[in-house]
Amino acid sequence: MVDMAGRDRSARTAAQAATVARRREVSRCWLLCAPALLVLLLAASGPLLIVLAYSFLKPGGYGGVQWELSTQAWVSVLLQRDIFDDTLGLADAHLSIFWRSLRLASLTTLLALLLGFPTAYFIATRPEARRAHWLFVITIPFWTNLLIRTFAIMEVIRNNGIINSALLGLGVIETPIQMLFTDFAIMLGMVYVYLPLMVLPLYASMDKLDFRLVEAAYDLYASRFQVLRRVIVPLVRPGIIAGSILVFIPALGAYVTPRVLGGGKNMMLGNLIELQFGQGRNWPLGAALSMTLLLLVMAALLVYVRSAARPADRDG
Amino acid sequence: MERGASKPAVAIDIDGVSKVFASAEGAVRALDDVSLAIRENEFFTLLGPSGCGKTTLLRLIGGFEHADSGRILLHGEDISALPPYRRPVNMVFQSYALFPHMTVAGNIGFGLEMLGRQKAEVAAAVDQMLRLVQMEGLRNRRPGQLSGGQQQRVALARALAPRPRVLLLDEPLSALDLKLRKEMQIELKRLQHETGITFIFVTHDQGEALTMSDRIAVMSDGRLLQTGTPREIYDRPADRFVANFIGETNFLQADVVATGAGRARLQLALGPETEAELPDGAPSSGRVTVVVRPEHAMLTPDPEQGTLSGVLENIVYFGTDTHYYVKLASCETLISRIQNTRDDEAVYEKGQRVGIVLRKGAVQILRD
Repeated sequence: MVDMAGRDRSARTAAQAATVARRREVSRCWLLCAPALLVLLLAASGPLLIVLAYSFLKPGGYGGVQWELSTQAWVSVLLQRDIFDDTLGLADAHLSIFWRSLRLASLTTLLALLLGFPTAYFIATRPEARRAHWLFVITIPFWTNLLIRTFAIMEVIRNNGIINSALLGLGVIETPIQMLFTDFAIMLGMVYVYLPLMVLPLYASMDKLDFRLVEAAYDLYASRFQVLRRVIVPLVRPGIIAGSILVFIPALGAYVTPRVLGGGKNMMLGNLIELQFGQGRNWPLGAALSMTLLLLVMAALLVYVRSAARPADRDG
Repeated sequence: MERGASKPAVAIDIDGVSKVFASAEGAVRALDDVSLAIRENEFFTLLGPSGCGKTTLLRLIGGFEHADSGRILLHGEDISALPPYRRPVNMVFQSYALFPHMTVAGNIGFGLEMLGRQKAEVAAAVDQMLRLVQMEGLRNRRPGQLSGGQQQRVALARALAPRPRVLLLDEPLSALDLKLRKEMQIELKRLQHETGITFIFVTHDQGEALTMSDRIAVMSDGRLLQTGTPREIYDRPADRFVANFIGETNFLQADVVATGAGRARLQLALGPETEAELPDGAPSSGRVTVVVRPEHAMLTPDPEQGTLSGVLENIVYFGTDTHYYVKLASCETLISRIQNTRDDEAVYEKGQRVGIVLRKGAVQILRD
């Protein structure tokens, strides 16, 4: 009996020891994660908090901020004050820049979807061994610097560039078509740059698509278009959503592409923000515009995901 | 089957169809000059091992593949060139291929909706189909929430809803467990009877083929070996492959001694003489192979009384019957299957010498 009790006690202490060890293990796990968490916190949330704080301060004379609370930056994001117009006369253009950014980003997303969908479908329907080759081809543009690719597009579409020279040489047109420094140029550049971000998630969805379902739909008298609309699109919806988000977010805040291809007057939000931190020397306004961009992205995502997440089939 | 002068109408006429698939290792001849007539309102089974071409033939009828040569006629009309959505033929897929993003009702109504039928008509047909497959309570479920058997029923209802002229079934029961499979076999027969639609059923399960079919076509290596009723296929297999594939079989060697009136007198290689039916196309002289079904080979305790004799090598009890493995003088093993009754005692023991009595009509000559 004594032996039994002893064994019982030793069993209990063993269980306690195990619990303590497990607890220590968990805390050690936190310790091990700490550097990564710290970096994440400092590198991601920290700057964002600084930007948020700056947006409620007053601008310093030569850039920087004055440590005085003020909502003036937020007011001038949307409202213009004719009398106190010290922001190089840009305040009245904010709304049109917001609108252009939203419009161009949406159009870019739509165009990338229209181009990316058939591309992804094409790759997903190739024999297994060939698909890797096609995906490789899709990712080739990533190898080159964004700036160089953008200048390459400039070379193609400028007034004495490849397209205009060819059309002039063939006698199709008499004067060059103005393509560079237009919204069209910005969109072309962004579609080109962000297309892989649309194709890859779409492909990932289509790769999982059971093509026997497509056969079943054909068998049940669905035409090609009906198969696309009723079976393929609803089933690759996650890919469409992911691709659209991945294209829309960077397109809305794009900086290099509108700067190079849009020239000075076709500004987008990214350029406006840069202007405030640079020549404008209005850091609080730049910060407020940055936060506005963040809010726009979040609002757009919310609307999009809400509408995309509704049941695909309404007849059931 | 044929009643008087009125020959049953042909639903599907397969006319000299061949199909070759190109693959990395070279061309694979999936179908080799197959000709076949499937009658209206018939439960027709394409039976064969995997890779025999039965599914390819079904996919050709469905329009998912196109033949390299030959034609496929549906009620006399050439449908070889039509895409699947122009053929009044529907398919039940092996994987069911139910649309995961639609409800049960959405799946069943899909075909009629695509045909442009009115909403009310679609709804009525869906209700009727749900009743037919006894799934009324589950109309708003999604396929992912259904069991295998329920998915099977939805797949059937979906394919039957547009009232196709012919229903194609690609091994639809292979994913179900044994008990459910037996249930669905009966269910399928009932559905075929109630709808009056021609069913073309593909399976590699010979038991399933025998119990369900009006007629069976046995295929191997892209060729059609024999077509007939289950009884014809089982009792009069044309060649070694069919005999072996359908049920258990004993093969024996024999020489033809004399022939006459569709019958032949044979001398078995082991000595004794016996009589057998001589089917068309079977060799009428020389060395032939004969089959004896295990249930037609009876045992007798007295070795002298049987046509053949041997030593009992193994006894396997199956519940309804017992299989006796008898080692013959030629060292071949002959299987005898005897039905168990309650009152018979196990009179045979391993190692015992027994006689084998071949029942009348037990011996059947093969073509090869």
